[in-house]
Amino acid sequence: MSRLIKQGLVTDDTWLPLNPDIAIPAPRQICNLEQWLQIADKNGSAVQLESGQEPAPLFDFLEQIQLVVIHFPVFTDGRGFSYARDLREHGYCGELRAGGHFIRDQLTYLRRCGFDAFQLADESGLEDALASLGDFSEHYQAAIDQPLPLFRRRTRTTR
Amino acid sequence: MYVYDQYDQKIIDERVAQYRDQTDRFLAGKITEEEFRPLRLQNGLYVQRLAPMLRIAVPYGLMNSKQLRKLAEISRTYDKGYAHISTRQNVQLNWPRLADVPDILAELATVQMHAIQTSGNCIRNTTTDQFAGVACDELEDPRPYCEIIRQWSTLHPEFAFLPRKFKIAVCGSTQDRAAIHHHDIGIELLANNRGEIGLKILVGGGLGRTPAIGSVVCEWLDKKHLLTYLEAILRVYNKHGRRDNKYKARIKILVKAMGVDAFRDAVEHEWRALRDGPSTLTDEELMRARAFFDGPDYQELDGIVASAELDAQCTRDPIFGNWVKRNTQVHRVPGYRIVTISLKATGFAPGDVTAEQLELLAELSDAYAFGEARSTHQQNMVLGDVQIARLYALWQQLQAARLATPNIGYLTDIICCPGGDYCSLANAKSLPVAEAIQMRFDDLDYVYDLGPIELNISGCMNACGHHHIGHIGILGVDKKGQEYYQVCLGGSQSKDASIGNILGPSFKQEDMPDVIDNILTTYVTLREEEESFLETYRRVGIDPFKERVYVQAD
Repeated sequence: MSRLIKQGLVTDDTWLPLNPDIAIPAPRQICNLEQWLQIADKNGSAVQLESGQEPAPLFDFLEQIQLVVIHFPVFTDGRGFSYARDLREHGYCGELRAGGHFIRDQLTYLRRCGFDAFQLADESGLEDALASLGDFSEHYQAAIDQPLPLFRRRTRTTR
Repeated sequence: MYVYDQYDQKIIDERVAQYRDQTDRFLAGKITEEEFRPLRLQNGLYVQRLAPMLRIAVPYGLMNSKQLRKLAEISRTYDKGYAHISTRQNVQLNWPRLADVPDILAELATVQMHAIQTSGNCIRNTTTDQFAGVACDELEDPRPYCEIIRQWSTLHPEFAFLPRKFKIAVCGSTQDRAAIHHHDIGIELLANNRGEIGLKILVGGGLGRTPAIGSVVCEWLDKKHLLTYLEAILRVYNKHGRRDNKYKARIKILVKAMGVDAFRDAVEHEWRALRDGPSTLTDEELMRARAFFDGPDYQELDGIVASAELDAQCTRDPIFGNWVKRNTQVHRVPGYRIVTISLKATGFAPGDVTAEQLELLAELSDAYAFGEARSTHQQNMVLGDVQIARLYALWQQLQAARLATPNIGYLTDIICCPGGDYCSLANAKSLPVAEAIQMRFDDLDYVYDLGPIELNISGCMNACGHHHIGHIGILGVDKKGQEYYQVCLGGSQSKDASIGNILGPSFKQEDMPDVIDNILTTYVTLREEEESFLETYRRVGIDPFKERVYVQAD
């Protein structure tokens, strides 16, 4: 069983990994988009999006989906950050997991964009990586973790 | 100018701590070279030909005397005692040690400075008019909007790994001194037909390999929508910009590929979800931002008397008079002038400034200009608010420090990237070409007779020297391992923006002063009355220049 960071803790992955070679994934198995579009009952489903696959096809099923994995082909491909915000802004409340080749130094940004689970390519770095979630305690912009921009929250005490 | 409160300071301090940890992990071998690259770049650190280069952010080019002194101190402690003003109003150090950078950033944070996002595929330092707030042709001061954009773009979680770098410029005046047509996003403060000032939004301008002039995506936008609209543009770009080829990854390529109308539709689609959301600017926030740029405590002076006295002084001392004519500009407040300090003395790399000069500028800004100074994208410095009655005293101090070269806006006020002497991207050296041209045209009377000419030099296609938009542009190219120089004519960075046309086959370095001489002689021969170089070029076209330059070369 692989491990990941979830809700700020290192924990076991309870989902079966994606297998692109099967037609019908097992229950609690992560689907790719093609497989997921095929399954009739989307209740409790899990789907992985690749870079280039926008989340729009998921929007009608956001209450039924339990897990969305956004896969980063390389850590410098930042499309997944926008996909994550898109999903959350459309009301998705299930697990939103970053997978593939991101790095721990992106954890703050990922979390701010709505990710709540992080499956690092190198599992041995998970415990150390937790520290990076705490890199910043204040932010200028609105994002998923803090929907109000700083300018709506500043209290003027120092000027 | 903007002053940090506890929130700003906390964000900057936490960024320093984050980067210190990242540097430690890199030096301990826990981060690969490839993974560290964007992390250091987004903190301003390049690895260059001879040493790393650290680019320090100067938000919209504004600095106070404390910051200038700190830069001087840092350049002495961690570098070789000088710094460089870049073509995006930032300050560069050419010789810092990678391991020292966290300490340098910590020093900067003590004076409310940083190097965040001065490089990398993210939103870069927002630039503006170096005369913002003091220019006579200004509709509204652009700096509050620049500061609002600075805060929004700083450590933006969604847009830190864009397809490519992203540059925004804002202009609030009749003349465009911020080159907004040549930025990924250009913003112009503009009145609509009801007289309300809003924002015109251009997208997809740029230089580099594929120069382009920005397209209008929104004719007029209520200011309160500034951030949500920018967010929509960036989201379209982040999702759809090309990532397979870094030479086709800038937003200008996306706008061209989609067509501006389809691009606008995509932006409007994203904007529908963001519009009127929490990032909509409040009146209170707009007022807060404006209050930082209200202008200093000007004295009430009699402008007419001051000008008359200045005229008399100029007549008594023609060298001073010439400097006033070339390097100062009319100020919106009577009795004051704007002073541009030339960093283009012959024999010094354009834009270079020594630690001593930085300290002098700090002292002069305290003594003459309310403690503030500005950097310009033409790589000079500006004191924005100098009393006319005190210009003479200021000039004497500048002259003693070799900072009074009277060439602002003329041929020898060359914009020039660091080129092959420093930069690992460069195909060719640019500094020796600039110097050879400055030496050839050392007769100031001839230079003045030529009128305003913008000569821009880049050492490679990345176009940091903005060669495409110089009236005369020079581009260093590599031909089978040899350094050659291509010339283009007719570019403009103003509201009549244009991209220069290539004159023809490239030239050897030693021929460049002759080539420029031939171009200028052609202009002088063909010009009518008061025509500027650009006007003559636009009237007669490139052929007469081509004929003369290549006939002479044969």
